[in-house]
Amino acid sequence: MIDPFGSLVAPFVEFGFMRRALAGCLALSVSAPPVGVFLTLRRMSLMSDAMSHAILPGAAAGFLVAGLSLPAMTLGGLVAGLAVALLAGAVTRATTVREDANLAAFYLISLAAGVLLVSLRGSQIDLMHFLFGSVLALDDAALWLLGGISTLTLVALAVLYRPLVMECVDPLFLRTVSRSGGPVHFAFLALVVINLVGGFQALGTLLAVGLMLLPAVAARFWTRDLGVLIPVSILIAALASVSGLSLSYQLDLPSGPAIVLAAGALYLASMLVGPRGGLLRRLIRPRHLEA
Amino acid sequence: MSATTIPVPDPIRLVSLTLGYDRHPAIHHLDGTVHAGDLLALVGPNGAGKSTLLKGMVGEIPCLDGRVERSGAIAYMPQADEIDRSFPLSVMDLAGMGLWRRAGAWRSLSRQRRAIEAALAAVGLDGFEARPIGTLSGGQFRRALFARLILQDCPVILLDEPFTGIDARTVDDLLALIRGWHAEGRTVVAALHDLAQVRAHFPMTLLLAREPIAWGPTARVLTAENLARARNLSEAWDEGAPVCAGPRISGNHDHGAHGHHHHEDAA
Repeated sequence: MIDPFGSLVAPFVEFGFMRRALAGCLALSVSAPPVGVFLTLRRMSLMSDAMSHAILPGAAAGFLVAGLSLPAMTLGGLVAGLAVALLAGAVTRATTVREDANLAAFYLISLAAGVLLVSLRGSQIDLMHFLFGSVLALDDAALWLLGGISTLTLVALAVLYRPLVMECVDPLFLRTVSRSGGPVHFAFLALVVINLVGGFQALGTLLAVGLMLLPAVAARFWTRDLGVLIPVSILIAALASVSGLSLSYQLDLPSGPAIVLAAGALYLASMLVGPRGGLLRRLIRPRHLEA
Repeated sequence: MSATTIPVPDPIRLVSLTLGYDRHPAIHHLDGTVHAGDLLALVGPNGAGKSTLLKGMVGEIPCLDGRVERSGAIAYMPQADEIDRSFPLSVMDLAGMGLWRRAGAWRSLSRQRRAIEAALAAVGLDGFEARPIGTLSGGQFRRALFARLILQDCPVILLDEPFTGIDARTVDDLLALIRGWHAEGRTVVAALHDLAQVRAHFPMTLLLAREPIAWGPTARVLTAENLARARNLSEAWDEGAPVCAGPRISGNHDHGAHGHHHHEDAA
């Protein structure tokens, strides 16, 4: 038998590129899951999926201009994602159509434009890079980017925490006591976008959402306290990053999907054994209390 | 609770106010003043525009015509709140939101803990501080929202059918709270359906049926004749309704020619 702990750690001890991949994924594990927690609490889980598609045309435009260049593709992705988020938010506030419908409209336009742009110049290999990321080829610039996004996200969440919670729980109340509702909402959408752009570097567009949402949803099976949800989701994401990367190395699997599948396995496990509404809890019900 | 200094100017003035949806007015050219210290009941059949008027007063919906002149902070409790009860939030945190004007986004609430506990005790929710809001009953939740109103400490308080679905004992408690606000000199406007309750506790009444039927001392407003007129309101919109011929209101103008009912105690 191989030592499970040793085989978990060995690739990171042995190879620099594995350590870089781990550092990048851990940076993302600290920032994306808290954003995901707020997304799921706002019932906007699928919004991040839409946003990840919306980023594509921007990244593709950057790719068309500068090839596989990190700054160009990141900038393009940011611009496209923020544009779609702001347009959808602005149209929602100006009309009576709900935000999810507007977002769906704008992201479909954006996605179609992105596919068109990629097909203008890209080959199949480029497309695979888009979709599955390049976590094993993170250079210094990419690591700085992920670290920067992580820092910015945590600072922004700390600053916005109270109005953001109020905006989630009772937007009408926040509107009557303060004008910060709109700016806070847009700032939060911007956080979603920059984290997806970061995840896009490490995991690719399709899977960037995975590290944002799966740990957040899994954490809800463990606690009902918002202050605990966030650290638990970070912990789950970090665990998924380490085990996913390690497994991908041992079994020679693509690393992006391996990380997300690891997060998915943690979600399934949480769903089964989690103390807050987990399935096992439903089967083994302790007798009710007196009062 | 610390007493708020009540501003002398009238907290809410309505100038030819028209509110509605898709150009159809739910409130049609309403003039009047809510005076400082008023305890005013809004009465009228379903669709009379009570909720719409409260939303207009607080600025939640735009005016189709005319305007609302406010002075000072207004606390508002909607009829159907948009609160997500599944959100992992404690009763303490929900009530603590009322401190926003004092604490803002960053100041610590730990020093206000006593104030929050006192507000929860005032609505009979002592011991509920740590309970998640999702575990409260409808009546308990209403009480928690009243605790938030206490903490908001506003000179003007608007309540939209605050007692719907609430048991008699809780209603009595909350009415006592409202009388206390009135005694402190605060202005309270509440949309209500229980006429006996209005007659017993609310000195002033505005009877609405899309058009204002009467506005003044409750005994003079809630007459059989006025109530019969209010009941005759047609709830349905007239899709072919003509465009209102009344003048558009942008500034000061004489509105007497338009033939609408005016504030009885406007003097």
